Amino acid sequence: MSTTAGQRGSGPGEGPHRGVGEHGSAPGGHDTETAPYERVFRGEHMARLEQLFTKYPTKQACLLPALWMVQEARGWISEPAIGEVAEVLDLTPAYVKGVVTFYTMYHTHPVGRHFIQVCTTSPCNICGAEDVMKALIRETGCGELGATSPDGRFTVMEVECLGACGFATPILIDDDFIESVTPDKVPGLLQRYK
Amino acid sequence: MGYPHPSHPKENPVLSKHFGDPEARSYDGWVKRGGYEGLKKVLRMTPEAVVEEIKTSGLRGRGGAGFPTGLKWSLMPKADGRPHYLVCNADESEPGTFKDREIMRWTPHQLLEGCAIAAYAIGAERCYIYIRGEFTDPYKIMEKAVDEATAKGALGGNVLGSGQRIEVILHRGAGAYICGEETAMLNSIEGKRGNPRIKPPYPAQVGLFGMPTTINNVETLAAVPHIMMRGGEWYKGLSLNNPKSTGTKLISVCGHIQRPGNYEVTMGTPMRELIYDMCGGMRPGRTLKAVIPGGSSVPIMSAAEADDCLLDYEGVVAKGSMLGSAGMIVMDDTTDMVYQIWRLARFYAHESCAQCTQCREGTAWSVRILERILAGKGKQEHFQLLLDLSDNMTGKTICVLSDSCAAPIVSGIQKFRHEFEAYIQGAREPALAAV
Repeated sequence: MSTTAGQRGSGPGEGPHRGVGEHGSAPGGHDTETAPYERVFRGEHMARLEQLFTKYPTKQACLLPALWMVQEARGWISEPAIGEVAEVLDLTPAYVKGVVTFYTMYHTHPVGRHFIQVCTTSPCNICGAEDVMKALIRETGCGELGATSPDGRFTVMEVECLGACGFATPILIDDDFIESVTPDKVPGLLQRYK
Repeated sequence: MGYPHPSHPKENPVLSKHFGDPEARSYDGWVKRGGYEGLKKVLRMTPEAVVEEIKTSGLRGRGGAGFPTGLKWSLMPKADGRPHYLVCNADESEPGTFKDREIMRWTPHQLLEGCAIAAYAIGAERCYIYIRGEFTDPYKIMEKAVDEATAKGALGGNVLGSGQRIEVILHRGAGAYICGEETAMLNSIEGKRGNPRIKPPYPAQVGLFGMPTTINNVETLAAVPHIMMRGGEWYKGLSLNNPKSTGTKLISVCGHIQRPGNYEVTMGTPMRELIYDMCGGMRPGRTLKAVIPGGSSVPIMSAAEADDCLLDYEGVVAKGSMLGSAGMIVMDDTTDMVYQIWRLARFYAHESCAQCTQCREGTAWSVRILERILAGKGKQEHFQLLLDLSDNMTGKTICVLSDSCAAPIVSGIQKFRHEFEAYIQGAREPALAAV
């Protein structure tokens, strides 16, 4: 039902960046929607996962951290990755997918090399966040929210409250949390991300 | 100190005393500032005595609900042979609120000490700190602090030589406001979708992994070491208005204000003093229109209501709203209230976990109706429709997310009806394209 568009389970993955394919590789990653799947959980990653098992009484509880490990390694969480996570945690792929799609920070499609999230919730909104968002869309060349720039460099998404309302407007570029962004600062900021 | 502004003389910095001081972040720096003395003292006491001290202090949950912390701890079963868990709620996502972030990024050991004391008091050997996924810097700082505290023996298998085991494990969220609801948080830690649970059973009986669990907010736990060091009576004495609201409170102030930031005030401080003295008032030539005092989930206050409001749990209720998480959104006369209420409704529609019909449908339809009004397609009957929807979204669902969506809509229509009318009657240019 369309009234629920944008709610849990139909998150940012539904945006126009579907099928970016050739631009989809994240830093250090090589997953595209067509490349053969290479396992994440071997060697060092498997050792880290086994370390995680000691921190929780169930394997299932390692699901969110395991998904983070996949996303860090591959840039996004593909169907085969969902299958692999299910296998190492003794869960079903359908169950894992249900969890992945609940949380908006997991990418279910390839995104640009740098993923930008801009807060536009009310406290930032009244301080000019929509102008920051427009500047980001313009300067990255993404054209619209959720789309990846033609050079594969950036994807821009709107995000709900980043929890830094006194430092309007905050944005996240990959893991870099940047406070007090104004439209004029955007071009300079982007230069640091190649 | 103080961050991003030096502490104002009218503030009462207890938790925020070392904000802005990077040296307070390290274990040694924290110990030099009197850190971990509270934990040392507690380890010589019985858990029951610790709970009593917190009860005496009058400390209430700082995450929004204001439930008495000592009472919450006392609801945990006593040494029943099962594992007990402490969960620290660091999923701070309530629009307008940004205090827990500052506690974690400036004084991570203040929080860890509070966690260790609380874990001891409730008989837990494990504490999970659930940090929202977007808080990348606080996560790194907390990770370093946990490693350091464990290496120094303040956490781990033999806490400060007492033989007590207290482990702290950081759990990173992945983008879901609803996981700040305590039972949704438990599901999220267990590796599930963050759907809130039906209560009862309450977490103290059936919590994380089915075991007795206490969930406390970051700010609540950060206050605990100070109470244990200086005594419950001292904390109880920090109260200007009502003995039911004690201690200090970090107020996050944002929006149209000269100096946004966190301000730590004694409970009962007038809102007026906070806005005009500590925060420097409105921008030049602007006047106050509205305040949302407790994070976006509480009713909007008019400027007149804000004018003589006292900042504590009862004081804000007396003015028709709630202290909540004390994330104060200040709006001046340039604010389009209808547009901002729509933006808030969009937030709740996006964040609904979609379990309950009233919330899933109600939040989404509220957005659509507000969109029509903003597009110049509003009708008089939309007022009643919005109020009917809001009534169905209040007190009828598993958690209070849909109540939170209804609060700004209902209070907005009550207090700023003329702004809705202006759109409906065509006296104001549409703010959105027709849908």
